[in-house]
Amino acid sequence: MSYFDPLFHAGLNWQVWLIVIIKVLVAFVALLVATALMIWFERKVISDMQSRIGPNRAGPWGLLQTFADGTKLIFKEDLLPDQADSFVFKLAPYLAVIPAVLIFSVVPVGGVIRIGTHIFELQVADPPIGILVVLAMSGIAVYGVMLAGWSSGSKYPLLGSVRASAQVISYEAALGMTVVMVVLVSHSLSTRAIVRSQAAGFWDWNLIRLGFLPFIFFMIAITAELTRPPFDLTEAEQELVGGFHTEYSSIRFGLFFLAEFMNTITMSAIVVTLFFGGPDGPIPRFIPTSDIWMPVLWFLIKTVAFCFIYVWFRAALPRLRYDQLMDLGWKRLIPMTLAWLLLIASVIAWHWAGLIMVVVVALAAGLLLRANKLGDGRSEADAIIPPVGAPVSPAPRLSPVPPHGGNDGAGA
Amino acid sequence: MGLGDEMKDQLNFLGGFKLTLQHMTRPRVTRQYPEEKKPKQPRQHGRHVLNRYEDGMEKCIGCELCAGVCPADCIYVRGLDNPPDHPVSPGERYGYVYEINYLRCIHCDMCVEACPTEAITESKLFEFSFTNRSDAIYTKAELVVDDNGMPQKLPWEDWREGDDMMTSGWMRATSPSGNAAYEGEVQWSGELGYGTRAPEGGQSANRDDALTGTKALRDVLESHLLAEDTPIEHTGMQGRMWRAKIGAERNKKKMEATRARMKELRAARKAAKAEKKS
Repeated sequence: MSYFDPLFHAGLNWQVWLIVIIKVLVAFVALLVATALMIWFERKVISDMQSRIGPNRAGPWGLLQTFADGTKLIFKEDLLPDQADSFVFKLAPYLAVIPAVLIFSVVPVGGVIRIGTHIFELQVADPPIGILVVLAMSGIAVYGVMLAGWSSGSKYPLLGSVRASAQVISYEAALGMTVVMVVLVSHSLSTRAIVRSQAAGFWDWNLIRLGFLPFIFFMIAITAELTRPPFDLTEAEQELVGGFHTEYSSIRFGLFFLAEFMNTITMSAIVVTLFFGGPDGPIPRFIPTSDIWMPVLWFLIKTVAFCFIYVWFRAALPRLRYDQLMDLGWKRLIPMTLAWLLLIASVIAWHWAGLIMVVVVALAAGLLLRANKLGDGRSEADAIIPPVGAPVSPAPRLSPVPPHGGNDGAGA
Repeated sequence: MGLGDEMKDQLNFLGGFKLTLQHMTRPRVTRQYPEEKKPKQPRQHGRHVLNRYEDGMEKCIGCELCAGVCPADCIYVRGLDNPPDHPVSPGERYGYVYEINYLRCIHCDMCVEACPTEAITESKLFEFSFTNRSDAIYTKAELVVDDNGMPQKLPWEDWREGDDMMTSGWMRATSPSGNAAYEGEVQWSGELGYGTRAPEGGQSANRDDALTGTKALRDVLESHLLAEDTPIEHTGMQGRMWRAKIGAERNKKKMEATRARMKELRAARKAAKAEKKS
C-alpha cells in the first residue's frame, strides 16, 4: 500500500507553496516553544520527585526560566579550545540540532484539513519512507555528538563521544527491529499510513496488536538512543564532567541542550505515532471526522505523557554501568526483539508457522540463557579448563617490586 | 535462590518508580531563601564590629594582635598615642587605622579570641555583597558601633531582625582566652548598649546553676566542643562502649516496662475470663 501527500495531487502552485511554508514555520516555532516548555517541565517534575520546588523565579511558576537561560547563553563568551579542530567544532552543534528539528517533520500531529480545493495533513511532510527518515536522522545526530567530542581536543569529551557511538550503535539494532515489527503490521513506512492503520479502534493500536513487549523494547532502545538517563553515559556529569560538550560554552552548548530536549519531545511523538495511534483518540475517531482540534489535543496529551515518563525514568533509575549497558543491549534486548520479530513475522505469514516459530524461539532462548549463564561464570570455568592460548598456570613473580620501579603496577 | 527470587532481584529497581511518585506528594524541603530564612546560631560568625565602653570610649588599644593572628591577613591596624586632652580609648594608645578586607576574611574569629580588650567581636550578619572592591574594605568608621552600641547598617548589608543582637555573644560566652570550658567569675566590662551581660551556665561563681536550671553549653552540645573538652571516656572505642551501654540500659528499661504492661494486660484478660465463667 503506497501513500502520498494529497497536497501535491493537483500539482504545484503558489497556494501549495504557501501552505507548505506556513506548515514549516508553524511546526518550527511550535517545536522551539515546546522545547523551552519541555526543559521547564523536566526541571519542575524532577524537583517534585525529589521534594524540591524547582525554578520559580522567572515568570509565573518559573515558566520563563528557559528563555532567561537561553538569553544568558547567547550573550556568553564563545570559547574555542586551543587544541580544537575549529571547523568541526563549530559544525557539530548544528549536526545535533538540525536532525532533531527534521525528525519532527514526519510526525503526524492531527487529522486532515480542507481549505478550498486543497486537502492537506497536519504534518510538515509525509514522505513514503517516513519512519526511515526518523532512523536516518537519529543516526546523523550521533555524528554531532561524536564530532563534538572528537574535535574538542580534550580527553573527557572524547571519552563521552566514544561511549556515545558504542551505545547508540548497540541499541540501534534493537530499535530498528521494533520499527520493523510496526512496519510489518502496518504494511507501510509512511508515518501517516502507520497512524491510519491503527485508527480502527483502541484495540487496533500497535501497542496491543504487537503484544506490549515491542513497546517496552522500543522505550528502552529509544531512551538509550536519546542518551537520556539511565543511559546517559555520554554526558555523565559525575564521571565525565559533562561528556561530549565539556569544552562547549555559550550558544553552541545551548544548541546541544536544545537538541537533546527537542529529541525527547520528538521521540515521545514517535512512540505515540508508532504504538499509540498518533492523533487518534479512544473516543472521537479522527479519520472520518472533520474535527481539527480533538486529534491534536489527543496527540498532545499522549506526547506529554511520554515526556513525563522520560523524566520519571531520570528520577527513578540509577545510571547503568558500561558493561551493564552493553549486557542489556546485546545479551537481552537484541535477542528478545529478534525472537519477537520472528514470531510476528511467522504469524503474519501463516498461523501454523507461528506455532513452529514458538518452539524454535523457545529452544533458542534456552540455549542463549545457558550460554549467558556459562559466560557469567567464566572465571570458574577458566580455572577448570584454561582457555586456548592462555598459560596453564600464571608464572609466580619473585620480586614484589617491578624492576623499573614504575608506579603504574605494570606486570602485576 | 530460586528463579522467582532471581526475577524479584532483577526487577526490584521498579520500586524507584513508586518512591519517586510518592515524593511528589511529600512536603518540599526547599527554603525560599531571601524571603524565609533559617534562624541563625547564637554564635554565628559574621561581620565584625568594634565595640565601645559604656562611657563611649573605644575599646581598641591599637595593639595589632588581631592583625598578627589573622590567618587570612585581612586586618590592617595602626596604633597611635592617645591625645591627652581628648583620649579615644582608656589605654595608652588607640586604633588609629582599622581596616578589614572582607574579600579575604574567613570569619575564623581568631581576632576575637586574640583581642585583650574584647574590642573586636562578630555580629551575626553574613549577607553583604559589594559592587566594588573598595566597599569590601571596611574602615574603622564603618566598623565602630554607634552611640547606642548597635552595629552600623550599611546600604549594601541585609540586616535581619536579631542579627545585631548579642553582637559580642561569642566572646562573652567564653573566657578571654576563648576556652569554651572556662568556668569562673565574670570579669568582662560593661559595653555600650548592652551593659554587662549575664554569663552562661558554668561561668558564674555567683549563681547556682542547678537551682536556676542553666546548663553549660558543652553539656547541651557535646559534639560542638573541641576534642580536648570531651571526657576521654566518651571518645573513640571507649565512647562507643559508653554509648552502647547507655543505649542498652535505656532499651532494657523500655523492655521491662513493656513486659510489665503485657503482664498486667494478661492478668486483666484472665480476670475478665474468670469473671465471665463464674
